Amino acid sequence: MNQDRQAAIVGIHEYPSRLTRGVSAMDIKIDCIRTALEDAGLSWGDVDAVYDAGDGEAGGGLQLSAYLGLRPNVIDTTQVGGSSYEFQAAHAWRDIAAGKCKVAILSYGSTAASARWAIGTGSMQRPGAANWEANMEIPYGTTLIANYAMVKQRHMHEYGTTTEQLAGISVATRRHAMRNPDAVQAMTDLEFVGVNEITTADVLDSRVVADPLHLLECCMISDGGGAVVIASPEVARNTRKPPVWIIGSGEAIKYTESDGDITVSAGAQSGPVAFGEAGIAPDEIDIAMIYDSFTITVAVCLEDLGFCKKGEVGDYVAGGRLAFDNPDAPALNTDGGGLSSNHPGMRGIFLLLEATRQLRGESHSQRPDARLAVAHGNGGRLGSTHTGGTVILARD
Amino acid sequence: MAQRPQPRFPEPNTEPYWEATKQNELRYPVCTACETIIFTPRRHCTDCGSQDLEWKVSRGEGTVYTFSVVRQNRMPGFVDLGAYSVAYIDLDEGFRMLSGVIGIEDPTRDIHIGQRVRVEFEEQEEGEYPIPLFRPI
Ligand SMILES: [Zn+2]
Repeated sequence: MNQDRQAAIVGIHEYPSRLTRGVSAMDIKIDCIRTALEDAGLSWGDVDAVYDAGDGEAGGGLQLSAYLGLRPNVIDTTQVGGSSYEFQAAHAWRDIAAGKCKVAILSYGSTAASARWAIGTGSMQRPGAANWEANMEIPYGTTLIANYAMVKQRHMHEYGTTTEQLAGISVATRRHAMRNPDAVQAMTDLEFVGVNEITTADVLDSRVVADPLHLLECCMISDGGGAVVIASPEVARNTRKPPVWIIGSGEAIKYTESDGDITVSAGAQSGPVAFGEAGIAPDEIDIAMIYDSFTITVAVCLEDLGFCKKGEVGDYVAGGRLAFDNPDAPALNTDGGGLSSNHPGMRGIFLLLEATRQLRGESHSQRPDARLAVAHGNGGRLGSTHTGGTVILARD
Repeated sequence: MAQRPQPRFPEPNTEPYWEATKQNELRYPVCTACETIIFTPRRHCTDCGSQDLEWKVSRGEGTVYTFSVVRQNRMPGFVDLGAYSVAYIDLDEGFRMLSGVIGIEDPTRDIHIGQRVRVEFEEQEEGEYPIPLFRPI
């Protein structure tokens, strides 16, 4: 394993409410930054690096820094959709290692639910946009869900994967959500039909939103946000909680190509790089925080990261196998995931938050003695232009 | 008559493609230097960077690579369409394009991967550009 200890997650906070009413995205960001710094035992003035994906009303790294009242040495405005926070964590790691900064903050805030965004069921490109991609897409009404559904359709065709198998992802994730009070409150506030554990049959019986994706294979639309503080080893020695070290990262993009394989994601490029840097194999991972916009996103990314072979994910996840209390497999999305805890649009930051809780021993669905975690974000649209950001985390 | 959203211009990459649809032609750009097909159309070769491209006309036949049937879309033009398909079509000339399969009774039952299809230019109620869609052969 990579023994270099160059930067660690030392402070985290997740905004508890998923239906905020009257709170702005910027309010959420500021509250999360303040509380994550408290979690670390650091103060406002310690921050010397700001990473921002342009969410919130301020609109980017310059404006956020000014709003915060900070003069950081590093501003990074990487915006690659839901995986922005894995990319930013990777950048913070190398910026700190290069001596450019000591205390970095990543933050996210969104009021997608209150503002009633139709993230999944609106067309991906809005009429009115004139660019090369939009012009070839808007006449066809490809919703975001349909884009992912086309990946599932091809995976089922090539490998015989079934909805019954992939339902295991929803089942395990909901089990975890029911143990997380914030997720239970989220499902209650957002008026889920049943705030309870679910079965494979429940997933199969839920309505089809875009063939072959069923409702219980799709993430929710919620409000929410969070913040992460990443610091140098010198700073991490004096923080309140045990440090969670970044030991590997990978970044990649993928897009539609005429001879491309839609069942392979950008994770097939970012994953091996991250595991290579970390000097570990996927089967050593205790906690798999994998972006769950849809079941198929998790399925494809698990294969591409090397948890199982391409085409074999059906058996790997069936029956809720990736639960926190099954020691024979990594624990998947133990916070309840986007499927059952929160998805305000860009879920990547929550992957880092729950991975950190697990490696600190603070999760509601704690894997005993969790030592290694992967946070893998998938941004953009899995069936066409998308990103993969992989971060490997280790505790001391 | 259908009313799908129209492409918007000025947009130089895709304008020749859409102008050709008025003659019911499915056109695609090819690099004259290395013969790479550039699809979605752009004004440079994605393989060698050359800007010396030529437009060719596809025979319009291909196979369904993958598809989905949209049951819910809140956007104008699609709200009232009922269940409709979206699909990636692999054209015989060797390029993949996003489109949809039409001319079938029930899209949830009558489309399958590997199905042979032929392009059809669907006239729209408003707007000058017909939309290329595919019908089973
Ligand atoms: Zn070329």
